[in-house]
This record gives sequence, structure tokens and C-alpha cells, in this order.
Amino acid sequence: MPWLSILMGVSVLGALGVTLVRNDKLAKQFTLGVSLIVLALAIAMAVQFSPNGDKFQFTEKYDWIPALGVHYAVGVDGIALVLILLSVVLVPIVVLASWHDAEAGKRSVRTYFSLMLVLEAMMIGVFAATDVFLFYVFFEAMLIPMYFMIGSYGGAQRSYAAVKFLLYSLFGGLLMLVAVIALYTIAGKGTFMFPDLVGTIQDVNTQKWLFLGFFIAFAIKAPLWPFHTWLPDAAAQAPAGAAVLLVGVLDKVGTYGMLRFCLELFPDASKFFTPMVITLSVIGIVYGAIVAIGQTDMKRLIAYTSVSHFGFIALGVFAMTTNAGAGATLYMVNHGFSTGALFLIAGFLIQRRGSQFIADYGGVQKVAPVLAGTFLVAGLSSLSLPGLSTFVSEFMVLVGTYEKYLVPAAIATTGVILAAIYILWMYQRTMNGPTAESVKHLPDLNAREKWVVAPLIALLLVFGFYPKPLLDVIHPAVKNTLSSVPATDPAPAVQVAKEAQ
Amino acid sequence: MEPAEIIQHSGGVIGASWLMIALPLLGAAVLLLGGRKTDKFGHLLGVAMAVASFVVAALAFIQLLGFAPGERRRGVELYDLIPGIAKVGLLVDPLSISFCLLITFVGSLIHIYSIGYMAHDPARRRFFAYLNLFVAAMLVLVLADNYLGLYVGWEGVGLASYLLIGFWQHKPTAATAAKKAFIVNRVGDFGLSIGIFTIFATFHSLSYQGVAEGMAKGGSIPATAIGLLLLLGACGKSAQLPLQSWLLDAMEGPTPVSALIHAATMVTAGVYLVVRSGPIFQATDTAQLVVTIVGVATLLAGAIIGTAKDDIKKALAGSTMSQIGYMMLAAGIGPAGYAFAIAHLITHGFFKADMFLGAGSVMHGMNDEVNMRKYGGLRKVMPITFVTFFIGYLAIIGFPLLSGYFTKDGIIETAMEHNAILGWLAVLGAGITGFYMSRLVFMTFFGKKRWEADAHPHESPAVMTWPLIILSIGAIVLGAFLILGNRFMLFLSPAVGRPEELPSFHPFSTTGLATLALVAVGVVFAWYRYGSAEVPGVAPRGSFLTAFARRDLYGDALNEALLMRPGQWLTRLAVYFDNRGVDGLVNSLAALIGGSSGRLRRIQTGYVRSYALSIFVGAAVLVGAWFVVGNL
Repeated sequence: MPWLSILMGVSVLGALGVTLVRNDKLAKQFTLGVSLIVLALAIAMAVQFSPNGDKFQFTEKYDWIPALGVHYAVGVDGIALVLILLSVVLVPIVVLASWHDAEAGKRSVRTYFSLMLVLEAMMIGVFAATDVFLFYVFFEAMLIPMYFMIGSYGGAQRSYAAVKFLLYSLFGGLLMLVAVIALYTIAGKGTFMFPDLVGTIQDVNTQKWLFLGFFIAFAIKAPLWPFHTWLPDAAAQAPAGAAVLLVGVLDKVGTYGMLRFCLELFPDASKFFTPMVITLSVIGIVYGAIVAIGQTDMKRLIAYTSVSHFGFIALGVFAMTTNAGAGATLYMVNHGFSTGALFLIAGFLIQRRGSQFIADYGGVQKVAPVLAGTFLVAGLSSLSLPGLSTFVSEFMVLVGTYEKYLVPAAIATTGVILAAIYILWMYQRTMNGPTAESVKHLPDLNAREKWVVAPLIALLLVFGFYPKPLLDVIHPAVKNTLSSVPATDPAPAVQVAKEAQ
Repeated sequence: MEPAEIIQHSGGVIGASWLMIALPLLGAAVLLLGGRKTDKFGHLLGVAMAVASFVVAALAFIQLLGFAPGERRRGVELYDLIPGIAKVGLLVDPLSISFCLLITFVGSLIHIYSIGYMAHDPARRRFFAYLNLFVAAMLVLVLADNYLGLYVGWEGVGLASYLLIGFWQHKPTAATAAKKAFIVNRVGDFGLSIGIFTIFATFHSLSYQGVAEGMAKGGSIPATAIGLLLLLGACGKSAQLPLQSWLLDAMEGPTPVSALIHAATMVTAGVYLVVRSGPIFQATDTAQLVVTIVGVATLLAGAIIGTAKDDIKKALAGSTMSQIGYMMLAAGIGPAGYAFAIAHLITHGFFKADMFLGAGSVMHGMNDEVNMRKYGGLRKVMPITFVTFFIGYLAIIGFPLLSGYFTKDGIIETAMEHNAILGWLAVLGAGITGFYMSRLVFMTFFGKKRWEADAHPHESPAVMTWPLIILSIGAIVLGAFLILGNRFMLFLSPAVGRPEELPSFHPFSTTGLATLALVAVGVVFAWYRYGSAEVPGVAPRGSFLTAFARRDLYGDALNEALLMRPGQWLTRLAVYFDNRGVDGLVNSLAALIGGSSGRLRRIQTGYVRSYALSIFVGAAVLVGAWFVVGNL
């Protein structure tokens, strides 16, 4: 069964359907329904995935531009699968969270929800593409719905933020396009199929140039320090739901691209540039966290925490050990849930009071204990508290990096202190202390909002105590990727018996 | 004597020992998710879960005693937590079961006490939810059979501590204290994390069994580094120098919390970590030496702080620091000290919880007043509180035949044998203890009434006094029970090992007599200053030494000057740089592409400088870092 095409097809048809519905309320319900169907289908697909089977499964391949060797070719390995699952889990949650978000402005409510489904199809496509050109097309096309979601439905400075986001991404995309074409030409295979291109570029210098073309595009997307400055603006101006999809999923395409394309297509260049990438990542972890501490705007603060978190992910990808790579992949998923919860709950709070500034709050816990409690849980997931899934991935990234790069891993570990500062300080200033006059009458979370938050917290908890189902899917895929580089795990200094491990 | 092998176990109560954790966790979940519907019975459910957990622990203990001593380390496998890194398993052995009994027994008593203490608090249900959460997390910490599991519990108790210190979160001081506790602990956790990474990189195993096996095998093992990193974690959790500053502020939490978490159990986790990591520490003299130095420094610092505090809870907190210093000192000595460290930990758990709850009982009757200068003469109006407190007091100063006499003396004797300087400093600490604890007791229960006009002190209800009575019985008998005949050392030895030659107890050793004499001097001096003399209602200015002690030996000032202020500057600088430098570069690019003349003018007037600066700084950092990372 062409599962992946069905997933995308249902989303696209849903997007068209929404525009035909006359009534806004019905349109929202319709969108929610479609996204839930996509989720159900994706789960049905996922249970049929065999972790130790073929590298790419559910593959489809059709000629698109035969003259150039461009295909519509899709398929997933464990890495792509969990990221697609992340996307389709987040969409219905975001739809439900955004119920009234599009109503404030003059723009069409239906269009907003239609854009969301278009974006969903593209998010599935970008992770599923096994043709490099098709990947590029999705990579660029995703910008369009997101541009409109920020630019038309965002905050006061939305157009500045949207243009900045677009310019940045287009610049990166342009570099990648050049590299994609060069890769096609130099490989001389007459095809853009990713599996056929692996191992075709032998010359190290060529690899380095092509690597940079891909890497810079991904580093902007992720975003990695110092390419991050578009993110705080975009995330702060975007409606909360769009911010979740932007930071939770779209940005993951960057780190996913590094793992999938940079490592496998340009292994020698990846090794050559590893010191640089690790340096950028570690700087990003510490820098993002420090700048987050100094923020006065909640959404910008959350955006900067993500800069720090993306540093961890890139660190895990380029450490090139099984633990770090699997940890980085799991991190991409967990970060989507964690940051999603933070953005959405902050969004609920901001909607009630009409201000993004931390200083405008205080003592909210007293009037809205459920909102405060869930915000704290989301915050604790951001500071990687054990028991929540984010801890597992951060621990794996750090332990896996430490095996090879002691000092960078140790510096990155300072992130655990800084994270405690930015989260708990924000929490204290908004939720603790005497209740501010302006928030005395804030209502607590309503039923719809609780339904938004509950699944996210449940996922964070379940995978915090039992990450095995995800790791069982991720591990073989990461091992496969690393073996094609090839990169091997360092041996322990002292070998102990297997059962003692 | 080496520790015994771990035997995989299934069935029986030990096989079901995960229930110890699951029951209070369930209680916490029900109370937190159930919301106001559970207000009516929340406290009862909380108590029931804590008591049930104690019953499981007691039954597991009985089953454990049924095995021969060499077979009393039972591993219970549960499930695969992170494939390739660590499984979730429990280790029920003499060390962990001792902790389980302490945590669940004292924990249950404190749950019961809290029914009365928190009776009028509108959020009592939430309080019990957090207490249950704490008990569950603390049991994870001590029952885990590997360092990852320990870390999960370690952070879990940190969370519970954060929630409970900040329980009255509408008070800005409480919220700040909670945050401070968490952040300072995270500094320790930074060390613990890297210690755990190093263990994994060295052995590719995080289980205690794997580590012990690897250490026995030998090879290039960075034992000193691991030991010192673990010690940093221990210092954070156990409020040892240099990470002690959070504990005094933590007294913002409700008093039962101070008794359970910040006296009897959580703060002793650092001692547990050092003892549990015996195979690592015993391979490194340096790390062991540092542990003993930290212990002695803290036992003196805590005692000195205790002498100057007028806040009854803070005086007790200083005392807790100091007593944990004793345990740390013993733990640093090795197998000769382990049994004394843990025995003192247990007796301290009883007498200090007894005194904290006693302080809570006093506050309960005195409109939550904590300033001892406004107490005085309370022994007549609160007879039960007074008697139980007085027993705890006698136990902590080492009054002959009470608990502290046996366990603390064991530590001092062992330290003296190990290193005379450390030993004499520990004796000195005992003398100061005699002084500050007597000062506390005299100011509170003796002398003239110095009460505020609206104070009507009264004895607390039975639900609060019964726990006091039971704890004070423990404070009387436990020390003799554990120490005489080396009962506890023999019980513990399968888990942690023991010296070949068992120590013998001399009631009239030189060290013991010197300690008693010094304690007596401290008590008499305190009577002269605070018992027979009038206690001024406002603290006199005192010498610079008093000021030094009052301000917690300038610990906070030091933190502020060395960490907080530079940190604030760094944050401001980074935010400024991010807005101007990095973002400026991009904005100018955008302006170039957009061609807007207004923006172009801005480029000409100043953005170029920051543009150039950011490129330059970025390039320099990159090149520098490339060399550093590339050469590893």
C-alpha cells in the first residue's frame, strides 16, 4: 500500500476541502477530523514498520522528469518514521490549540487551517523524500505556507519577521540548490535518487564544497549558531500554533538533513568539518541558554531555548556515535513535544492577558493552578528533568558525545545548569509571588485547552519512563547511517561482562 | 572484607519491592490529577501510601534477613530503560534496605504529623501529593541498581524539594529559595552527570555490579576524576561546602518538609552516593582525602553558622550541615567508616527529624514565630514537645548512652585513627555542637518568657505529638542498638565491605573523654550566656566573628560576587551582542537585498562596525576552537 502518498494525499485533499466549507466552525472541525485521520493512518503505517528490515520501507518510485532523472520517490527509515510521527501528532494538537487564533485579524479563518494541512503534507513529504531533488522541492515549498501563517496571522511585527524568515531560508535554499545540481552533475549517474548517489563523490575537496552547500542551508533551517537570529523574531511573531510547527517540526528538517544527507553523501567532508560543527553546536548550547536567560519576552525566551536545544541535536549528529546519533534523533522528537507544550501553554497565557512580556505577569499560580502546573511540567521537560522524555535524549547525546569528545561534552553539560536558570526564573516571575492586579481574574485552562496539553504531557511522561519503542526504531537506522560513513563507537577502557551492563 | 556478589532475585516481597516506589507515586498521581475532588481525603491517602510503602520495606527487610549474610544482595530486574546504556533494576541489599526503612518509617511519621501541622492550609492535598512524590523519588534513588537510576531519583527528589520549599509560592522569599535550591543542586548535578559519563565511557556500564567488576579488573581508570565529580554532586545534594548555601534558605518550606527532606533523608543522599561508590573511592586516595576534608570543613562551618542564628529552623539547618559533615568525613575514610557514617545518618534522621518537628510544634503554638529571642520558658506550656526535643538535644550533643553518643563517637574515633588532625577538628566540632544546641534549647524552653503580646502558646494535638514521642524513642535507643557488638557494621558489610579487624567500643577512651569534656564546656558556656543570663530581645551587634557566622560565613556574598554578578553581566552582554552583532549583520544583508534607503543609511552609521565585529569575533572563535577540538 502506498502509505506515504496516502498520508500526503489525505492532507492535501483535506486542505482543499477546508476552503470549500462555508462555515468557519465547520472548517475547524473538518481540519481537526482530517488531521486525526492522518494520525490514525500514520499509526497504522508505523506498526507495520519492521525496524530490522530494509533500510527504506513503504517505498514508492515514479518518474517525474525522466530527462533529468528526477523522481517522485518516497520511503522511510526509522529516523524519518519517527519524525513523520512527530509531525502528524503535533498537527491535530496545534489545530485544537489554534481554535480562535485566526479570528482576531481580518484574514480568512479557513485559509489558516487550510495552510496547516498543506504544511502537514509537505512535512510528511520532506521527511519521506528519497530523491534529493524532491527533498529540495519540499524543503523550499514548506516556506510558503509558513510565510503566510506568520505574515498574515502573526503579531504586530509579523511582516518584518516573515520577510526575515523567508530571506534567510531562501538564501540557504539557494546554496543547497547549487549543491544539489553540482552533486547530480559530478556524480554523473543521471539520477537524483538518494540511495544511488551515496558513495558517488570520492574526491574530498569536492565533498567539502558540496557539504558546505547542504550544511549551511541546514544550519540556517535548524538553526545553528550563528545562523539563528531569524528564529526569535519568527517565533515571537508567529501565532503560537504556527510557532510550534515551525520550531517543533520545520526546523528539524535542518538537523534531519545533516544526519541523512551530509553524513551519508559526504562522509569525508563531514569528518573534516566535525570540529567546526561541534564548536558551533557547543557555542549554540551555551550562548542560546545565556541569551534566553536575559529575555523579557516569553516567546523569544522559548525560541532561544530552542537555539540551545538545536545545539544539542547537531552535537549528537556530528559526534557520530550510536548513542549520540540515536539520542539526537530522539531529541528531535522530544523537543517537538516539549517546546510544543511550552509554546502552546505560553500562548494560552498570552491570549488571556494580551502581553508577551514576563514582567506583566506574577502570581498566576494562585488564580490558574492547572495552567501554572502544566507550564511547569513543560518547563521541566525543557530543562530535561529525568522522568520526562527530554532527559533520555539529552543524556544519550551527552554520554555519546563524551565517549569521543570529552571537553565539548563537558562544556555542553553546563547547559543543564543554565536551563534550570532560564526555566525556573521565568516560572517564578510569571507564576509565583503575589498575584499581580492585572492577572487577578485570569481564567484557568478550559476543557479544549486541557485536551491540547494532556496528550503532550502524557507523551513526555510515557517516553520518559519507557523510550524503548522509539529507540528500537531509531537505533537500527542510526547504526545503518553511521556504518555507511563509516564511524565506529570507541571501545571502553575496561571491558566488563555483558550481564553487568 | 570485600562486598558480596549480587544475586538475581525474583519472587517474594523483594521481587515486588518496586511496590515501595509505586505506591507513593500512585498517591501523588491521584492527588495531583484528581484535583479538588480529592481534597477531603487527600491527606489520608497520602499517609496510607507512605505507611503501605513502609510495610513493604519492612517485609522485604524480613525476607532479606532470611538469607545468609553473603547472599543478602538481591538484584531485581525490571525493564530496559535506555537500550545499550542502562536497564531499570533494583538492588535490595543491607545498604539500600537501611535507607528504605529510614525513609518510609520517618516519612510515615512526618506524613502523620503533617495532618495536624497543615490542617488549616487550603492546599493541604497538594502538600501530601508532593510528600508522596518525594518518598517515591527518594526510594528510586536508593533502590536503583545503577547510576542512571540513581540520577533519576536524585533529580526527582530535587524536584520534590523545589516544589516543597516553594510550597507557599506566593511568598517571594519562598519562591526564590526554591529556585536557588534547584539551581545550586544543578551545579552539583553537572558534576554528577559528567562523573556518570566518565563511568560509562570507561566501562560501558552504569550498573554498580559492572563498576565493581571493572574496578576489580583494573586498567586505565580515571578513578580520581570520577570520585571528585561524584563528590561535586554529593556536595550539592548534601549541602556540603562549597555548595551549602541553599540549605539555609530552604527553611522557607513548611517545617515537616525541613524535617523529612532537609534533615532526615534527601540531604543525606550525598553520603549514600559516596558509600555506594565505595569501589571507586577506595581506588583513589586523593578523592577520599578530599571527601574527608569537605566533611570536616562543613562540620565546622555548619556548627559555626548554628551558633549565630536566632531563627530556630536556620540554627537547626546549620546543625544538619554540620552533622552531614560528620557522615561525609566517615564516608571518606573507607570501609572502616562506612558503617558509622550510615549509622549516624540513621540516628541523625531520628533525632533531627524529632527536633525539626519539635520546632514546628513550637511554631504551631507561637503563631509561626521562628525567632528564638521571642521564645523563652516554653517548657512549661509545651511539656511533650519539650521533653521529646530535649531527648533529641541530648542525642545530638552526644550525651552518654543516647544515640548520638554511639554513632558520632564512632566517627570521631575512626577519624582520629585515620588522621589525627581530622580527628581533633571533629572533636572541636562536637564541642561547638554542645554550645549551639544548648543555646537553642535554653533560648527556646528555658529562661523568661519573651513572647509577643498576641502569642498564646499551647501544646500541639496528639497527631503531632505522637510522632515526636516515637522519634524520640528512636533517638534514645537506636545508637546503642546499632553500634554495640558492631551489629550494624556486620549487617552492612555484605553491601559495602568492612575492615578486617572489627572496631571495639571503649567507653573511656581518650578521644571519647576529650569529646565529652569539650561538649560539657560548650553546654556550660551556653548556660552562662543564654540560660542564666537575660536574652536580649534584639540581637546584639556582636564581634566581626558573630557577623561572619550570621551571614553564613559570607557564602551568599561570595556566590553573588563570583557567580551571580558576572553571570548577569554576561547575560546582558550576550543579549546586547545578539541584538546588535549577529542580528545586525543579518539586518544589513536584508537591507542590501531589500534596497531600502532608510535601512542603508543605518548601515552607514554604525551597523557596519558591529557587522565587522561579529565577523571578526566569530572567525576568531571558530579558528581557536577548531584547534582545540581538532587536537583532542
